[in-house]
Amino acid sequence: MSTTATAPVPGGPQGKPEQATERKQTVSAKPVTWKLPVTLMVLAVVAFIFFGLYGPQTTAKFGVSSGGDFFQLPAIELPAFLSGIVLSVILLGLAGYSMVRKTNNRHTPRWLPVVFTVIFVIAFLIWVVGGARTPSISLAGLIAGSVTLAVPIVFGSLSGVLCERAGVVNIAIEGQLLGGAFTAAIVASVTDNPYLGLLAAAVAGALVSMVLAVFSIKYVVNQIIVGVVLNVLVSGLTGFLFSTVMQANKEMFNSPGRLPIIEIPVLSSIPVLGPILFKQSVVGYLMYIAVIVVWIGLFKTKWGLRVRSVGEHPQAADTLGIKVNATRFWNVTLGGAVAGIGGSFFTLVAIDSFTKEISGGRGFIALAAMILGRWNPIGAFFAALLFGFADNLQSIVTIIGTPVPSQFMAMLPYLVTVFAVAGLVGRSRPPAASGIPYVKG
Amino acid sequence: MVRVLKLELKGITKRFGSLVANDHIDVVVEPGQIHCLLGENGAGKSTLMNVLYGLYEPTEGQILIDDKPVTFRGPGDAMAAGIGMVHQHFMLVPVFTVAENVALGAETTKTGGFLNLDDTRRKIKEISDRYGFDVDPDAMVEDLPVGVQQRVEIIKALVRDAKVLILDEPTAVLTPQDTDELLDIMRQLKSHGTSIVFISHKLREVKAVSDTITVIRRGKVVGSADPGASTTELASLMVGRAVNLTLDKAPAKPQETTFQVKDLTVIAPSGQHVVDGISFDIARGEILAVAGVQGNGQTELTEAILGLHERAQGSILLDGEELLGRSVKDVLNAGVGFVPEDRSVDGLIGTFSIAENLILDRYDQAPFAKGISMSPAKVLENAKTRIDEFDVRTPSGSLAAGTLSGGNQQKVVMARELSRPLRLFIASQPTRGVDVGSIEFLHKRIVAERDHGTPVMIVSTELDEVIELADRIAVLYKGKLVGIVPAGTGRDVLGLMMAGLSPQDALADAASRQPAREPGGAAAAGAAADTAAGPAATKESNQAPAAHPVQESSSGAVGDDHE
Repeated sequence: MSTTATAPVPGGPQGKPEQATERKQTVSAKPVTWKLPVTLMVLAVVAFIFFGLYGPQTTAKFGVSSGGDFFQLPAIELPAFLSGIVLSVILLGLAGYSMVRKTNNRHTPRWLPVVFTVIFVIAFLIWVVGGARTPSISLAGLIAGSVTLAVPIVFGSLSGVLCERAGVVNIAIEGQLLGGAFTAAIVASVTDNPYLGLLAAAVAGALVSMVLAVFSIKYVVNQIIVGVVLNVLVSGLTGFLFSTVMQANKEMFNSPGRLPIIEIPVLSSIPVLGPILFKQSVVGYLMYIAVIVVWIGLFKTKWGLRVRSVGEHPQAADTLGIKVNATRFWNVTLGGAVAGIGGSFFTLVAIDSFTKEISGGRGFIALAAMILGRWNPIGAFFAALLFGFADNLQSIVTIIGTPVPSQFMAMLPYLVTVFAVAGLVGRSRPPAASGIPYVKG
Repeated sequence: MVRVLKLELKGITKRFGSLVANDHIDVVVEPGQIHCLLGENGAGKSTLMNVLYGLYEPTEGQILIDDKPVTFRGPGDAMAAGIGMVHQHFMLVPVFTVAENVALGAETTKTGGFLNLDDTRRKIKEISDRYGFDVDPDAMVEDLPVGVQQRVEIIKALVRDAKVLILDEPTAVLTPQDTDELLDIMRQLKSHGTSIVFISHKLREVKAVSDTITVIRRGKVVGSADPGASTTELASLMVGRAVNLTLDKAPAKPQETTFQVKDLTVIAPSGQHVVDGISFDIARGEILAVAGVQGNGQTELTEAILGLHERAQGSILLDGEELLGRSVKDVLNAGVGFVPEDRSVDGLIGTFSIAENLILDRYDQAPFAKGISMSPAKVLENAKTRIDEFDVRTPSGSLAAGTLSGGNQQKVVMARELSRPLRLFIASQPTRGVDVGSIEFLHKRIVAERDHGTPVMIVSTELDEVIELADRIAVLYKGKLVGIVPAGTGRDVLGLMMAGLSPQDALADAASRQPAREPGGAAAAGAAADTAAGPAATKESNQAPAAHPVQESSSGAVGDDHE
């Protein structure tokens, strides 16, 4: 990031001496540090030792096509040891390049950490699969499963983006997901219509959000505290109703019909991509639509410009006649509805009943995805996919049996969260007024 | 030409609880005029303008546009009525582009609510061409220099068809060069038929552009003045009593050099070098004034000397002893007196009594303490002496310091710091937000400390104050020392140095501009509006904007930018 400063230049153009000319000079606001190059080098060395030198002497097999595909691609078979060596040497090279740049006092290019991460993950996969009892894994299944697990996270992070872009921190995503999941289950069971359940989930999420909005905007209570309290409240309430009402009459209250998987003919048979894009439930399709709509809305429309101004500089928005607190209220409400839909995924798509704490902390992971995605809906989507991937890898790897203890693998999604948010993100900048209540005058 | 409108404020009263910020104010802004509201900080100018702009609702009174009463429920109504405002603290979203900022709130859209920024770009270009602004619609606002940001604010108002433009303390954040350009822009706007309400306490600027001056004091209109009136008259009207704007200061008699700073670098948590390799020294009996636009490392420089910065490198020597790396308490005990730039945050504890505040740095020393017990009688006694000595207006030393006015609070801080034997005295913004009478007094005390043989370092963003006090002037720009020049260096040269030019370049540039400016140049016109281009103190200062008697330069330091 650099700031451009101008300074008058001696002389100036003829004819207009009073109009000082400006010379642009670029000053690097952020000095180059050793942090990134060193981190990369440590990771590269770890990769070289484990994935390379101690790599398994097997062949890792990655299935690409599944049985019903419209054309079959052969499985990818890689010698684990050799691949490990090659990939980790590339990693060492990348880290070395970053270090050389640092010694010349230049920033590591932006693409480098991304490429590094991708190669590291591939090397890790080959190492894990190669070392498993059955060194074979379905790549298509891995990716499709990642998307499935990512759905509620994507909705949650979109909710976070909508709220924070308007200047309200939404810690209550977890509560909104849970509220959505519970309401979807109960309404779908009672009405025997999963679509009504979906609608009810959105309403429930919005209601949870309205409590956040009223307390944090109208009564200027600390947004973090309200959010945390709401999470506890929703968790307690749904838990109580689950054990008293749902458990008592499971048939009546906790047997929602599932939302059907809608398969788009032909397209859904494309290997790898087909199942991800064209073989989804309504909620899955809604996810793609929501990401695109929120992105276009925020960055291409009048509504989005106003929302972002409210989240960045509410006073400025106010002096231009924009109603700051009303904008915030409706954005937070909308965010809640989006998260509520995400919650319905648990009870209407993934599992066909509600259980206590079904959201399992994914609201918080969604928050991390939002940060990793730099408060951008598309960034948040891919960050959520990364978490879904880690989550899915963990379960698949446990099934195929690896040398790594399963407890460690279970930590994977959270490790990814911590490292992604703390380390590789670098400078992500939240909306300037996020978390700060706006009080006029 | 553009439709012009007449704006009238009739009996405007604004109360906040028991506080009357505006008391039956009547102001008439005639079409196509630059109307100045002159008044000290806290006189109620900004409140009045916020009422006019629809941000506050008046308790009583009426706003009339073309003799028809109007009510504004919010800024939107005011804008619709043709009133635009440039706030003292810019209302721009830093991470938006210029076009986005200009469009905000008055967006033109294509079908479906999609933004049509091309339309906004076209409008920006149109206005830029008309007034000679050089503004790139796609530049990110945070990357723009302050002067350009201000132009973006003006464009914002003009795009909304403002017929009356309110400028609230517009020059507070500008370098002297930017200020001259702004005054020029104001004249251009006027010639295009836009009325301007110019809020300021800087007499030099007010005299340069105003057609009418309304003076406000303690929320009331106390009269109007002719722009031709002398600065002393204006100042007296503003303050409400006769003021002496000249500081009687004997020439410095520097003795041996006892304070040296060598290659001082301060690194901010962000990793930025906020003070970058600065070296200077100060002799006993000399005042070094540090000039620069706010945020160029002055704060960090003073804080580093006091020991408030962990990541400071280099060397700070006082009487041969190294100060760097020592605790704040050690530094204070070594005889450093320090007046921080923000008295209410760093200078005082508002809820403590005046007496307690007067001994904040010596509470554990004799005679105020003995072992673990303090002697309240001694503390009060000390307070009585200091209150008399520094003329702090308060009924009692046991009142909370927070109840005092700004000027009196500043006197308490100064009294504390100057009431012990010093080997170095540092004051940051010594008269920020202080009334004229107190400025006079505080400046005298600072000079007295110098004459007592203490090396004195003054940091001020007010160029007039710098010129007034300095024996030598150091200019900071982006954490670097641009140069140290002798007292009497012209405003133009200092202004250019504050924008980063080396002293040599600044001198050359200022000299080369001089002939070009005279024939009909705006700055020359500004000088002509002044009563007398009095006896120039120095060679450089006989340039147009600098051509003011010494008396005038002090007037600019009246009060400060923070209301």
